[in-house]
Amino acid sequence: MLYRENGQFKTTYRGDQQIFPILQDRTAIGLVLGVAFLLVPLAANEYVFRAILIPFLILSLAALGLNILVGYCGQISLGTGAFMAVGAYAAYNFMARVDGMPLLVALLLGGLTSTVVGVLFGIPSLRIKGLYLAVATLAAQFFADWAFLRVPFFTNNSSSGSVSVASLSVFGMAIESPVSKYLFCLTIVCVFALLAKNLVRGHLGREWMAIRDMDVAAAVIGIRPVYAKLTAFAVSSFIVGVAGALWGFVYLGSWEPAAFSIDRSFQLLFMVIIGGLGSIMGSFFGAAFIVLLPLFLSQVPALLGIPLSVTIASHLEFMIFGSLIVLFLIVEPHGLARLWATGKEKLRLWPFPH
Amino acid sequence: MGSFLETLFGGLMVGMLYSLIALGFVLIYKASGVFNFAQGAMVLFAALAMARFAEWIPKLTGLEDKFLGNTIAFALAALVMVVLAWLIQKLVLGKLVNQEGITLLMATLGITYFLEGSGQALFGNDIYKIDIGMPKDPIFILDGSFPGGLLVNKEDLYAAVIAAVLVALLAIFFQKTATGRALRAVADDHQAAQSIGIPLDRIWVIVWSVAGIVALVAGVIWGSKLGVQFSLSLVALKALPVVILGGLTSIPGAIIGGLIIGVGEKLSEIYLGPHLGGGIEIWFAYVLALAFLLVRPQGLFGEKIIDRV
Amino acid sequence: MNTRNRIWLAVGLCSLFANSHAWAQAKEQFIPLLVYRTGPYAPNGTPWANGKQDYLKMVNARDGGINGVKITFEECETGYATDRGVECYERLKGKGPTGATAFDPQSTGITFALTDKAPGDKIPLITPGYGLSAAADGGVFKWNFPILDTYWTAADILIQHIGKKEGGLEKLKGKKIALVYHDSPYGKEPIPLLQERARMHGFELQLLPVTAPGVEQKSTWLQVRQARPDYVLLWGWGVMNSTALKEAQASGYPREKMFGVYWSGTEPDVKDVGTAANGYSALNMQNELGTTKAAQDILKYVHAKGEGSGPKDEVGSILYNNGMIISMLTVEAVRRAQERFGPGKPMTGEQVRWAFENLALDQKKLDSLGFGKLVRPISTSCVDHMGVPTARVQTWDGAKWNFVSPPIEADLSLLKPMVKVAADKYAAEKKLTRRTPADCQSDAMK
Repeated sequence: MLYRENGQFKTTYRGDQQIFPILQDRTAIGLVLGVAFLLVPLAANEYVFRAILIPFLILSLAALGLNILVGYCGQISLGTGAFMAVGAYAAYNFMARVDGMPLLVALLLGGLTSTVVGVLFGIPSLRIKGLYLAVATLAAQFFADWAFLRVPFFTNNSSSGSVSVASLSVFGMAIESPVSKYLFCLTIVCVFALLAKNLVRGHLGREWMAIRDMDVAAAVIGIRPVYAKLTAFAVSSFIVGVAGALWGFVYLGSWEPAAFSIDRSFQLLFMVIIGGLGSIMGSFFGAAFIVLLPLFLSQVPALLGIPLSVTIASHLEFMIFGSLIVLFLIVEPHGLARLWATGKEKLRLWPFPH
Repeated sequence: MGSFLETLFGGLMVGMLYSLIALGFVLIYKASGVFNFAQGAMVLFAALAMARFAEWIPKLTGLEDKFLGNTIAFALAALVMVVLAWLIQKLVLGKLVNQEGITLLMATLGITYFLEGSGQALFGNDIYKIDIGMPKDPIFILDGSFPGGLLVNKEDLYAAVIAAVLVALLAIFFQKTATGRALRAVADDHQAAQSIGIPLDRIWVIVWSVAGIVALVAGVIWGSKLGVQFSLSLVALKALPVVILGGLTSIPGAIIGGLIIGVGEKLSEIYLGPHLGGGIEIWFAYVLALAFLLVRPQGLFGEKIIDRV
Repeated sequence: MNTRNRIWLAVGLCSLFANSHAWAQAKEQFIPLLVYRTGPYAPNGTPWANGKQDYLKMVNARDGGINGVKITFEECETGYATDRGVECYERLKGKGPTGATAFDPQSTGITFALTDKAPGDKIPLITPGYGLSAAADGGVFKWNFPILDTYWTAADILIQHIGKKEGGLEKLKGKKIALVYHDSPYGKEPIPLLQERARMHGFELQLLPVTAPGVEQKSTWLQVRQARPDYVLLWGWGVMNSTALKEAQASGYPREKMFGVYWSGTEPDVKDVGTAANGYSALNMQNELGTTKAAQDILKYVHAKGEGSGPKDEVGSILYNNGMIISMLTVEAVRRAQERFGPGKPMTGEQVRWAFENLALDQKKLDSLGFGKLVRPISTSCVDHMGVPTARVQTWDGAKWNFVSPPIEADLSLLKPMVKVAADKYAAEKKLTRRTPADCQSDAMK
């Protein structure tokens, strides 16, 4: 009843091909963006910004990048943490070594460095497939772990191995307070999401999906696997690199290589799978789920008034997290995005049953 | 020359220990097509069960004999792993039949988290001891030819022998027994096996139980070397290159892959490491496996991947 | 889920997590406890956490708090991970009527991250025996307090002890000393000092990093066997320590030649390795072993009532004592702050910071607190946030630790210039200025 397209006629090709062709969708997105840009900065308190919204935004950007590689192009990668690390350290080096480097340029250069590294580690994907590739990408992960600990050049010869950034500012506005950090991340995420959505709807995205579905057939009809796979790695690493730079600069402020360890890679892969492979929206859902769940689990005992020791609470968190992952995969193996799409389908018919 | 031989021996033996863990991966992948990321957590869970049972049994029953106590603990831990296998089959795999490989991979990752949490919740997160009477001091052989002799770690030697025996037993199991044949049939083609009457879920319970007991043996040996604690599950990350090098579906591949990775790791760390600052062995193992895969994309002994259009 | 429900959900979640500042001005002092009771470092983190918490419980039970102000506390699990540590910090920093009193992150990595945040939030960091070695210089690090010792003092004392064993520091010329260290900021901290000492005395320093968490050390010890160093310094944490001892035994390196830092010389590291630890020596920040009067009080007021955080036989172990000392320092800082800013009132982080750099715990005070000779008298100042650093060397005989040296003082004539240089470098990087004498005199009356 509410979600009908009745009466919405498209008169231009442009109108027909827009990302949100239905008016209700456009209104909904407009509302969400309005709330995100205008309401949330006024309403939320510092803890919500620092611990929930900012990590959610940055990790959803990283999940977006990974989704392009895994969901749209079908190349399983377990080395995402490494690419985030490359982005973060590259951006740090550009900031630290070049005087007066603007923050945005540093972030983008970090992303570009990550692209180069990503393409390099993507070359094996031309020969190795499936689970073998997944494990081979761990080579990137462990190599990055080692390189950022061992090579002093990357940490600007810091004696402790930790690096930190201070006093960020964009176009003269300081990015110090939680609200400004939140708005900065939100802007970047919106821009990248739009770019990614358009990319996957276009020629390149269709090439990726062809390679994912059946790469031999794709090669037969003239899609070059080298070009498609390497561009997937390139775009994905760029986005992940920028996300990594944001993670280090905006969220952590000061970090060591352990911040981008294999646990981070697994976490991102969870987000992509739970959110839904091959779906931009899915990356956001997955990120929200994975960011909120541990916080929720750690707060619940206190809220319910049950005194749980920190140890038991931590173990329970692990157990519940694992069970929920399995439960999710059983209930909806295609992720939250599929649930969302099913919900929308049902909404089109509502209140009628069929 | 002496130090080179020591490194070689050390690498070969560590490689056998890695292949013990890799065996679990290969078994499960062969029979059910699932890449069991939870193998490391299973090793930890099994080792924790064994360590704690070995500790509790003398306290509860007053049993003095160490050997008997250890044997009972081992049997109990094996029982726990069989029950675990049954639960995993019933609650997870049974509901995820025919899903894509990556979904099953993620499900096993979920099981990993669950096992790590529940293992520590049930058994505790201190460092626990497994004492099965392994000798701790090294022996020095060939004293005459090399100054100071060549270092051979007796514990590793025993562990390598145990691993070899286990592999031989598994090979006999797969080749000679009816259940083994059924397992190979299921590994070949699920539907065909079902159509001739092989009960898939029972086969999967058997496979996961066998993998669980392999994990227990690996856990006991590693735990006796390193002590049983949460970080034991991280040893599985070192066994992954072995799995892909040898081929996901090949048991001899797990052994040969293990030996290659073990030797490669140790040689690289001792001879290449100092020039690069040290600590390179974990990524070197992966890079080595990657290099092999570039030549043979299905691993050394794995089944050739055939793409049908 | 449509937009309306989404908005309701967002509002609901916001209200769920929003801090409710419905505190009446309660007379409570909130002390946050960052701990790790799970993960690869749990065996060492757990007794430390138990000691910290039990002491606070004891002060509440025995003294009714600090001059009538009750101590409240909350533990937060960090798992030794920096990002979880930062999240715990953000969650706990605003709790209590006056915010968090002080943070003991129990981890060098988390300390580095919090060193950037704490000044902005005006909460002191207390890091006895770990953290930034340069933070001993209070002129730059206004909010860091590595009281008692740092990694540089530990490395210095170890070299002094080894020198004494050899018959003089000059006899170290031409010797080989290997450092087996945890590949993390914690493990890398002592390297500058060891390199300086190597330069001064002419010994060769071999660096052998062990990838965290340190469960795989076979290659490291094969390298040790091949290099045959005269001494091995162990700088590990958690499961790395016991693994190192076992691998040392398996590769035949005599443990009598192994010396560990204080974080590698505690009971969980040596208890369950059988004969592998016999003859192994390590540093101890504390001057005594076993239970003190304060520990007895804890047994009486806390454990007897069944409120102990851990098992009873843990009381008096080295890590437990360490936790007790940290809580004692925090409590005494609050007490000192109360003396200055108003007895019987909850203190803010700024006031406690002032107290931390004006601590004067002489032997009489330590005796009255029940600590006796566990630590040497502590006195800090505006520019010196460490006090006089000493440590003793102890050796494990298979059943317990035994001291084999009197308290050795670190060579401050060597350390102070190095600390100043490092602190200045930090200040230049972060664009901070050294504190002025006027700033030292001013009291935090805010």
